[in-house]
Amino acid sequence: MPSPSPLLVMRDIDKRFQGVHALAKASLEVQPGEVMALVGQNGAGKSTLIKVLTGAYSRDDGSITFAGQPIAFASPMEAQRGGVSTIYQEINLVPFRSVAENIFLGRERRRYGLLDWPRMNAEAAEILRRFAITVDVRKPLMDFSTAIQQMVAIARAVSFQAQLVIMDEPTSSLDEREVEVLFDVMRQLRAEGVAVIFISHRLDELYQVCDRVTVMRDGRTVMTRRMDEVDKLSLVAAMLGRDVEAVRSRETAFAAATGRAGGDVLSVEGLKVGRRVRDVGIEVRSGQIVGLAGLLGSGRTETARAVFGADPADAGAIRLMGRAVAPQEPADAIALGVGYCSEDRKADGIIPDMSVRENLTLAILPRLVALGVVDETRQRAIVETFMKRLAIKASGPEQKIRELSGGNQQKVLLARWLCADPKLLILDEPTRGIDVGAKAEIQALIRELADQGLGVLMISSELEEIVEGADRVYVLSDGRTVADLPHAQATASAIMAAMAHAGGASENADG
Amino acid sequence: MTVSTQSPALPQRPSRIAWAAQQRVLIALAALILFGALRYEHFLGAYNVLSVLRYNSMFALTSLGMAFVIMTAGIDLSVGTTAACACVVSALLSSYGLAAGLFGGLGVGLVVGVLNAFMVTRMKILPFIATLAGMLIASGTGLLLANNQSVSVSYDTDFTWLGQGDWLGFPVPGWIAIAAYVYGSVLLNYTSFGRAVLAVGGNEEAARLMGLPVDRTLFWTYVQSGLFASLAGVILAAQFGAGQPAEGVGWELFSIAAVVVGGTLLTGGVGSVANTLAGVLLLGLIFNVLNFENGLGVISLSAYWQSVVRGVFLMIVVMAGSGAARRALRTAAGPGG
Amino acid sequence: MADAPTLPRGRATPDLMAFLRRYAALAALIVLLVFNVLVTPHFLSLQTLNVNLTQVATIVIVSVGMTLVIATGGIDLSVGSLMAIAGALAPLIFLSPFGVAHPALGDALAFVVPIAAAGLLGAFNGWFITRFRVQPIVGTLVMFIAGRGVAQVLTNGNLQVFHNPTFQFIGLGRVFGAPFQVIVMLALVAAAAWTMRRTLFGRQILAVGGNDRAARLAGVPVDRVKRGVYAISGLCAGIAGLVVIAINSSSDANLVGLGMELDAIAAVAVGGTAFTGGQANVVGSLIGALLIQLLRYTLLANGVPDAAALIVKGAIIAGAVWSQQRGRSA
Repeated sequence: MPSPSPLLVMRDIDKRFQGVHALAKASLEVQPGEVMALVGQNGAGKSTLIKVLTGAYSRDDGSITFAGQPIAFASPMEAQRGGVSTIYQEINLVPFRSVAENIFLGRERRRYGLLDWPRMNAEAAEILRRFAITVDVRKPLMDFSTAIQQMVAIARAVSFQAQLVIMDEPTSSLDEREVEVLFDVMRQLRAEGVAVIFISHRLDELYQVCDRVTVMRDGRTVMTRRMDEVDKLSLVAAMLGRDVEAVRSRETAFAAATGRAGGDVLSVEGLKVGRRVRDVGIEVRSGQIVGLAGLLGSGRTETARAVFGADPADAGAIRLMGRAVAPQEPADAIALGVGYCSEDRKADGIIPDMSVRENLTLAILPRLVALGVVDETRQRAIVETFMKRLAIKASGPEQKIRELSGGNQQKVLLARWLCADPKLLILDEPTRGIDVGAKAEIQALIRELADQGLGVLMISSELEEIVEGADRVYVLSDGRTVADLPHAQATASAIMAAMAHAGGASENADG
Repeated sequence: MTVSTQSPALPQRPSRIAWAAQQRVLIALAALILFGALRYEHFLGAYNVLSVLRYNSMFALTSLGMAFVIMTAGIDLSVGTTAACACVVSALLSSYGLAAGLFGGLGVGLVVGVLNAFMVTRMKILPFIATLAGMLIASGTGLLLANNQSVSVSYDTDFTWLGQGDWLGFPVPGWIAIAAYVYGSVLLNYTSFGRAVLAVGGNEEAARLMGLPVDRTLFWTYVQSGLFASLAGVILAAQFGAGQPAEGVGWELFSIAAVVVGGTLLTGGVGSVANTLAGVLLLGLIFNVLNFENGLGVISLSAYWQSVVRGVFLMIVVMAGSGAARRALRTAAGPGG
Repeated sequence: MADAPTLPRGRATPDLMAFLRRYAALAALIVLLVFNVLVTPHFLSLQTLNVNLTQVATIVIVSVGMTLVIATGGIDLSVGSLMAIAGALAPLIFLSPFGVAHPALGDALAFVVPIAAAGLLGAFNGWFITRFRVQPIVGTLVMFIAGRGVAQVLTNGNLQVFHNPTFQFIGLGRVFGAPFQVIVMLALVAAAAWTMRRTLFGRQILAVGGNDRAARLAGVPVDRVKRGVYAISGLCAGIAGLVVIAINSSSDANLVGLGMELDAIAAVAVGGTAFTGGQANVVGSLIGALLIQLLRYTLLANGVPDAAALIVKGAIIAGAVWSQQRGRSA
């Protein structure tokens, strides 16, 4: 939709880091009151482009025009004052402080020189009401769910009279219902004439809410289209830089199972952990990928952590490799042949300042030890084998893991468990935040491992991953197992029906 | 659709924990006072109350500055030697009158505070290390100025009134401490600066992205801590009639203990001015109660026991608070399903 | 956020400035040595070397334990108080009627019991911190306050004077002309450096300091590792306490180890171990302690008052940490 006066025009943006082009003649154009999707693989330059816009980085070349004026914001703060607000993936608010404070921090309302709490509380409630959210704004932010916190972040951004709101993967920690609320807010913004740039790895979401899409690859803008003029396949093709025919029709890289399920490696009955897990029963056989589906807060991660001994169970029976156990510490479960790749790589996975070698062998280190001394020859041999086998891209085993891309970090973490030769591998969102290419490699690897006899318990919020990858699917809702579906019956609609069916969530489930 | 707090699908995580922890400090203080009042005849007598206040006013001041620093998730190890250095300077200037001694002493706090603040905000040195350097610098300066000796305070001027005088029948140091705490309370709860202090401590990165003046907030927090510490040093000189360069050893750790007893988390982001005062009084009264107990003749504990009792008391407070703190943290970090 | 480009890092040209910043402490130590050789009279003598090494030994011994604690992301404020406790216990043992009646056994116990007690109290610090999830500053502050009180109560605050050549060998003895405590110091530094580099325990310390949640999920016994480093820190403090009283031929619970926690932390900081955890530079801590000691010696030998040396010490700590931070980020 060519309009005479676009709100934002970024043209021929160049950005180099130590001589390497992160952006090469990238461009982006956003109209007032439209929702623009910005997609691309990791490393395509989306975040760099956004950071150049908001002044977090300075550009080496190119021009930016915003609301008719050439601009060069010096910092995100200046951009905010200039009408460009950014909402980051990790919610950047202050959890201990109240909702109202989080909205008004930095521009508090005053009376007689002192803070006017009644007025701030009233105004904060008013701003949130605009998004159909009613909460006690005097309570600390940390008392509320992630979705509400996200909404507070957006409310704060919008209340700065923003003309352009940038959302960098805001949905990655939201469940489907919460995503709907977010989309309502985005539509509300659009109706008020506010433009939105929406970055997401979930392609389905784009079609629900975006007007146009800009695709980036290798630091360049490769395509800008109306959302309804481009199908998903061509979108993926543009991101990958391949022909449409070359992109497989399946969404994921999971091949069909070729191995046969063997004996039980895990069975859980009547599991209870805290308030989140009330009554969960699951079963995993060797050579099988078992999917664990459910909305955020349904108890998936908590179940996995209990099996792994990270948060001991309050009640219920856990059998690992046929033995009744009650793991109290991860070390207990590891000793029995269990591995666990956590959901949050950064917080629970990598030791950022340690090398790939040390990260990879962390779990098996006790086995590489004689009289307390690490056998470094064996250690190096193992690292070499697994770096090759998983095609880990690093300058070498001594490179610090924090310098690797998300996909390669995840591969190192997978290798951490694979080198321990486990019988059960628990994967919590194994492909979250990973670019399309690495994602496919990891999915193919998981299947290959299962075919070789590994039992896999896979938690995923991506329905395709569960539907296509799992040989058996358990659906959790409100801390209970509500469905047990074999591969043939585990269709997207069956899983969603099971998620929606149970508990008190039903009336909200369809938004 | 409306997302309300009652929605079962978006569970609320009610936490009155911080509130309960804060009240517990006041309850403990009230209990200790009640215990003393019932057990000892002169516990609530004017003499005892006033001398406790006169003596503890200095710790109250260093702890107040410390509380603000800790709320930003920082720490200030220099308060003790800053007080000592200010004590020396004000003693040296006391012959020129009250104002000279007072402002000379405060000047020390200003300089050390600015130095600490510069190291923390500009050189980006961790507060622990930066203020350790500040501590050594203040200590060395104090010793140099005093030539390694105690400096006597002039009794010819009204300088000693700051430490020994009364106003409306109440000790001047007590007035100063009360004024400082009223100021601190208003500053924390009713000004943007106070809110910025808590926001910076709660999530510095977020505060930066929200456009708060993070560095400026940190800067003034350390300067303020230096000023309060030097005020304590001035009172010390006036109260004991001498500028003692070796005083103030361990005050920083005592102040940290008082702030912790007052329920402020060392991780920053939460804190209360009133409870810091309660923490100071609790630690101070333990010594007082020990003296009374010895006076009753029931026990005979040397003064050395007071450190043991204080340490054990701090341990109990920390243990009692830890469950609450852990729950609060788990709530804050609540993972998804 | 995840698509920031992976950049080729620092492999371009070895930046001399970055290198100097990274090894600022060592460079400063060498500069200071050269300066002294040229300026300070009688600097190049065994006497000078022994004086400096003897004075620095206790700080280094304590900072070995401190380095391991800081590598886990913790801190130990209690070391000075633990030194006082060990220093108070030893004379109580060998001066007791039992110790006097059985001098050999008494002297042996006077070594073992105080060091073990300090180690146990260190382990208590670790237990307290891990069991109640207390911040290390607060957790060890308890022992800082209570520990010295315990030492004072044990001795009733009295100075214990003694003459016991067997026991005092730890502070006054010589092996091949080298002061015994210097040998102890070097042995501890070597053992700790080797432990960090080669053993499972060392790697686990670094993993815990680098990311304790991730370490736990990888099967590292996080709490046990933490308790271990605080116990080691306690043991080191115990040894240092005995060295101090042996040198002084007396034990004063009010003074033994006073301010040692900050001296040790300063040595670790100057030595280049990051306070955020995940790194341990034991040899660096030795260099840091030597640098601080030599600086003080240089100033005193050239007529600068001790108080001024404190100011310089403060400046050197800030300067060293500042330059290392820039070296790391470069």
